[in-house]
Amino acid sequence: MSNQNYYIPHGTYWPVIGSIGISTTFVGLANLMHDVSWGAPVMGLGLTILVFMMFGWFGTVVNESISGTYNKQVDRTFRWGMSWFIFSEVMFFAAFFGALFYARILSVPWLGGADNNMFTPELWEGFKATWPLINTPGAIGQGGTAFSTSFKLVDTWGLPAINTALLLSSGVTITYAHHALRKGHRNALIAWMIATIALGVLFLGFQITEYGHAYHDGLKLTSGIYGSTFYLLTGFHGFHVTVGAIMLTVILYRIQKGHFNSENHFAFEGVAWYWHFVDVVWLGLFVFVYWL
Amino acid sequence: MSTISAVAAHDDHHGPEKGLLRWVKTTNHKDIGTLYLWFAFSMLLLGGAFAMGIRAELLHPGLQLMDPQFFNQLTTMHGLIMVFGAIMPAFVGLANWLIPMMVGAPDMALPRLNNWSFWVLPFAGAILLSTFFMEGGAPAFGWTFYAPLSTTFAPDSTDFFIFAIHLLGFSSIMGAINIIATVLNMKAPEMRLMDMPLFVWTWLITSFLLIGAMPVLAGAVTMMLTDRNFGTAFFDATGGGDPVMFQHIFWFFGHPEVYIMILPAFGVISHILPTFARKPLFGYASMVYATASIAFLSYIVWAHHMFLTGMPVAGELYFMYATMLIAVPTGVKVFNWVATIWKGSMTFETPMLWALSFVILFTIGGFSGLMLGIVPADIQYHDTYFVVAHFHYVLVTGALWGIIAAVFYWLPKWTGKMYNETLGKVHFWWAMISVNVVFFPQHFLGLAGMPRRIPDYSLQFADFNYISSIGGFAFGLSFVLFAYIVVDCIRNGKPADSRPWYSAKGLEWTLSSPAPYHSFNTPPTRAEILEESQHS
Repeated sequence: MSNQNYYIPHGTYWPVIGSIGISTTFVGLANLMHDVSWGAPVMGLGLTILVFMMFGWFGTVVNESISGTYNKQVDRTFRWGMSWFIFSEVMFFAAFFGALFYARILSVPWLGGADNNMFTPELWEGFKATWPLINTPGAIGQGGTAFSTSFKLVDTWGLPAINTALLLSSGVTITYAHHALRKGHRNALIAWMIATIALGVLFLGFQITEYGHAYHDGLKLTSGIYGSTFYLLTGFHGFHVTVGAIMLTVILYRIQKGHFNSENHFAFEGVAWYWHFVDVVWLGLFVFVYWL
Repeated sequence: MSTISAVAAHDDHHGPEKGLLRWVKTTNHKDIGTLYLWFAFSMLLLGGAFAMGIRAELLHPGLQLMDPQFFNQLTTMHGLIMVFGAIMPAFVGLANWLIPMMVGAPDMALPRLNNWSFWVLPFAGAILLSTFFMEGGAPAFGWTFYAPLSTTFAPDSTDFFIFAIHLLGFSSIMGAINIIATVLNMKAPEMRLMDMPLFVWTWLITSFLLIGAMPVLAGAVTMMLTDRNFGTAFFDATGGGDPVMFQHIFWFFGHPEVYIMILPAFGVISHILPTFARKPLFGYASMVYATASIAFLSYIVWAHHMFLTGMPVAGELYFMYATMLIAVPTGVKVFNWVATIWKGSMTFETPMLWALSFVILFTIGGFSGLMLGIVPADIQYHDTYFVVAHFHYVLVTGALWGIIAAVFYWLPKWTGKMYNETLGKVHFWWAMISVNVVFFPQHFLGLAGMPRRIPDYSLQFADFNYISSIGGFAFGLSFVLFAYIVVDCIRNGKPADSRPWYSAKGLEWTLSSPAPYHSFNTPPTRAEILEESQHS
């Protein structure tokens, strides 16, 4: 058995273009946050470079894949790569879930005097440690200016429950799509893919609607620790759903172009894994952010 | 299939391209390893220059050279540059050079991604260093960037620092994914997991630490970013958050991080000691299991960095005992190294000198770590120069020593030439003596109560600080000699054999020196693998 079949590409400019793109984006974003006038256009330029890079890099890989350059071993490399990339994403969300649990279980009760913190409540008269934390210490202590809060909670069994159903169903439809792909049922495959994307887009639409209601009812990023964890967790999840939906659309396009066959379709599987990961994160969100 | 072989065969013969753009486009593991190593070395010199500034200010009591704010910027950037710019990239560079050769692979599993992992670094470094020239100066809150110093009270440049950390973390995660895919998927079909050399094992385990820890760091700096710019309250008690929460999240990354920086060095030492003691490595399997145990434990001990920050006593006890547990697998490793050289026919070539001094000096750092891990003792040591002495013994005479030992050990394989042995030994003794002059007195300073990260100190600390600074300048200068030895080797070195060390084992020594551009086009056989394996 020889390694000569393992494809080693030679010479590529896409990575350095990607580095230029991502650095430009970050420099633009940092300046935008500091109200520098050229921040936004520079960030836009950076994002454009990034999109250009993705088209170019993925395009190259797709062409190599179609022309049969990759063997089984390369396929296994992609599988390892995608699995551990998803694990790194899991750990990114773990940081935010960790912050949520730390606040709920430890630091908010401590602010209210739990454990050996009996003098802490003296700092803010009338502070009650509750979760969700509606009245922050700042809202009480400093004339109600810092983190002044008064918001209504999102109803668990309204939009969030519907969204749970949508996302779980999309997990089922993508599995049906995979079965159709493996059996070579092209029309069923396309139908299930469209259903999956539609469910994802519907989810995003409801999520935006829910944000609108929450914001209208006073729940903002600046509403203290509840708003912080709520928006960062659901926001990053929503961002991942958006990315997942874009990837699914690309896969649908590639299905139309006839890029996959019943044996060889790792790109489809990788996106399906990602979609399931987004699904599982949502379950965590539904239980710990919206429900309990 | 025929087309595929043709692609590979065509590529094999043209080898490296000509011109400078080769280094931008390259997908070759040796080119990328070289880029990583030179980048790390230049960052080492830069971070070292910051350290020289720190030691110059601390040469005498009182404020001489800089205002305290700039001193704080120097300590912060020294730490960040050394950790993220020098030590971590140097080890990834070693991994790039060595892992494909050690597992009998032609190259890394994901060559384009490999290029990106490197080519993010110069951009991240540039963004990080540009903060020096911004209004309000560079970040000055220490490399641990605790909130609220890094949120409420930090200069605007902190947002650039945050994005630099994002990029550096991105590079590490991509690099780690690549290494896992290379080790598990590219190793010779006849190589079993327990045939793998220890450098490969330690890097495989380190990759899991990177993928587990770096995204958490990304989460921490993202929370900082939103706290600073979008009014969230993660680390602000007035909004119901907690600055201590920052420390928990940071050290959940930070403690695995210290093992990320030392485990590959353990691997390097486990290659060098057997070669120059002319004995097989003692306890191969226990070395593997000890490394995995250390990695596992590193995830569940983080709050021993925070004993004085405030936590329930039960928490302090748990984190103290869990920390003590790490001494067991670490002890297994140190005893195995000692047993490896026990009654060996030792010779003392330069790599061996670095490896032997690693065992002794790293163990000193390990012991001072044990002292710091004991809660009642830590109340005395916390945030003093004792901590500075401790982590410089594990990071300089541990991690950096492992890197330098590896450079001398594998330089003949990389360049095909031999370095100047006399100069190598002069450099070793110069660095080894001076590093102890810098850092050993800092133990006494810390025990006597000198706080870290302060530009001025009371008179009773003057003598030891003077000694430490003199040692610091000498140690800094030793790296000029190091650079000379490496460049001299590349330019004027005598040709080296494919196996320049008489009893070295490992598949990399079966390749010519310098190693061919594509390491193994035909994977080694079972017999070759067993012949070169580390277990006896």
